[in-house]
Amino acid sequence: MIRTTGLTKDYGARRAIDNLTFEANQGEVVGFLGPNGAGKTTTMRILAGYMPPTLGTAQIAGFDVVEESIEVRRRVGYLPETVPLYSDMTVFDYLKFMADLRHLPNGDEMVDNALEMVQMEQRADGYISNLSKGMRQRVGLAQALLHKPEVLILDEPTIGLDPAQVVEVRGIIREIGKERTVLLSTHILSEAQQLCDRVLIINKGRIVAEDTPENLQARLVGAERSILRIRGDAEELMPLISKINGVQDIKIRPDGAMEFQFAPGVDVRPEVAKTVVQSGFDLLELSPIGLSLEEIFLELTRDGAPTK
Amino acid sequence: MRNIWTIARREIRLYFSSPIAYIVGLLIFLITGIYFVLTIYLSGQAAYTTGSATAPGPDLVIGLMVFLFLFAVPALSMRLMADEHRNGTLELLLTAPIREWELVIGKWLGSFLFVFIIIVITFIYPIVLNSLVTPGIDQGLMMANYLAITLVAAAFLAIGTAISSFFNNQFAAFFATLAVLFFLWVVIGWPAVVLQGSGGIFNYLSMSTHFSSMQTGTVALSDIVYYLSLTVLGLFLGTVAVEIRRWK
Repeated sequence: MIRTTGLTKDYGARRAIDNLTFEANQGEVVGFLGPNGAGKTTTMRILAGYMPPTLGTAQIAGFDVVEESIEVRRRVGYLPETVPLYSDMTVFDYLKFMADLRHLPNGDEMVDNALEMVQMEQRADGYISNLSKGMRQRVGLAQALLHKPEVLILDEPTIGLDPAQVVEVRGIIREIGKERTVLLSTHILSEAQQLCDRVLIINKGRIVAEDTPENLQARLVGAERSILRIRGDAEELMPLISKINGVQDIKIRPDGAMEFQFAPGVDVRPEVAKTVVQSGFDLLELSPIGLSLEEIFLELTRDGAPTK
Repeated sequence: MRNIWTIARREIRLYFSSPIAYIVGLLIFLITGIYFVLTIYLSGQAAYTTGSATAPGPDLVIGLMVFLFLFAVPALSMRLMADEHRNGTLELLLTAPIREWELVIGKWLGSFLFVFIIIVITFIYPIVLNSLVTPGIDQGLMMANYLAITLVAAAFLAIGTAISSFFNNQFAAFFATLAVLFFLWVVIGWPAVVLQGSGGIFNYLSMSTHFSSMQTGTVALSDIVYYLSLTVLGLFLGTVAVEIRRWK
């Protein structure tokens, strides 16, 4: 549904995105994760047909975003980061205006449906200028959903919403993501974990990691790498621990503690604890080491971080 | 065509809900109304004292109106595109399945229809005049005058739309439009005055030369082509400006 190859965009001398290649398939929610200025919005604008890339290609549902921009725009629902709305219009008139631009045959009905999806039916006749930020965000989302697009591109869809609205909007996105392709950007890691089938971490215009949230966490959080501290000689215990099925890459650290890794999905820690105690050693510490998801994110997006 | 009309319809609605459009409309009617009544009154007085007087022609308020348009059009066109840039709504429009030229023409059409309504309302002056003078006004001259003011308004607004496309700030767009209109109306004709016979090209380029010619009742094809070309050029430049912004 979404396919980019070597997508690059320069703003003057500054390279905003650099050689991005990724795919998003039907029925998949893909999260775009990265710090501010990483290139998320630029990528989304290119995919929505707003601006052309400097280099590379992007296709939506098989249509090129530059050559067949109108076809792409027909198939994409786009929620920009700032949610631009016409504050002089009522919610209904605004959505009807957008429906007319999209030539929707039964515009009024489609507007009603979209309003229902974002639970804004009661405010249809209210002026946009009188809406709270959360409600404006929902109107923006209704605009993106209006024509039942095949691909939904949402730039920070939950920003500025109160916690209850965040839950609602995430529910809507999850529902839509079952059938259609959703690409959403966020800098909230837990949101990416909850909503996305796959996460792309982007920094300084480059993809630095790409995986399912679970694998990413497993790969990077460090839950599978543990530290073992005992009272006594670690060298003596090491052969016994290394025999345990699933324990890998065991080593003694300069401070005398033992560090080891175990294969994803196999938690060997109970067995390790048992072995320590049965061998007559005192167990002082057995804990996961490494990074929280936030730290991983910082690690991956810091200067000079390795690319994937 | 449908997209153009969707955009134009929104613009007209916006004019009818914006104070600046009402202020501009009111000022035009007020100034032309006072001028009209005063001229009629003075020629009536002259007729009373001298026994006869030349009745004012159907071009009575048109000359004044075009002068007022030099200021009114920048005020009406300044926000057309600049506001869309500033509010970020251009992103919304350009990610909908609509082409840049449809957007620009739609914007221009909306403003043109609003100004056209103003022009149509001023039709009341020749109608009143027709009932006051004997044997009535010269209908052909009246039509030539109204055709001239309509063409000038179309060209002015296309220039205003184009300039608004280059700016984020509507006041910058206002002053730039005012300057360009003033240049095309007045300044560009100056070399023709200085150069006499060899300055024909400047005469042709001057908007006011074509207007004056039409105001006398001579509707030459070259005058119509001139104003239509200027309108098309304005709309073309507006489209280019929007495209440049996308590529930047």
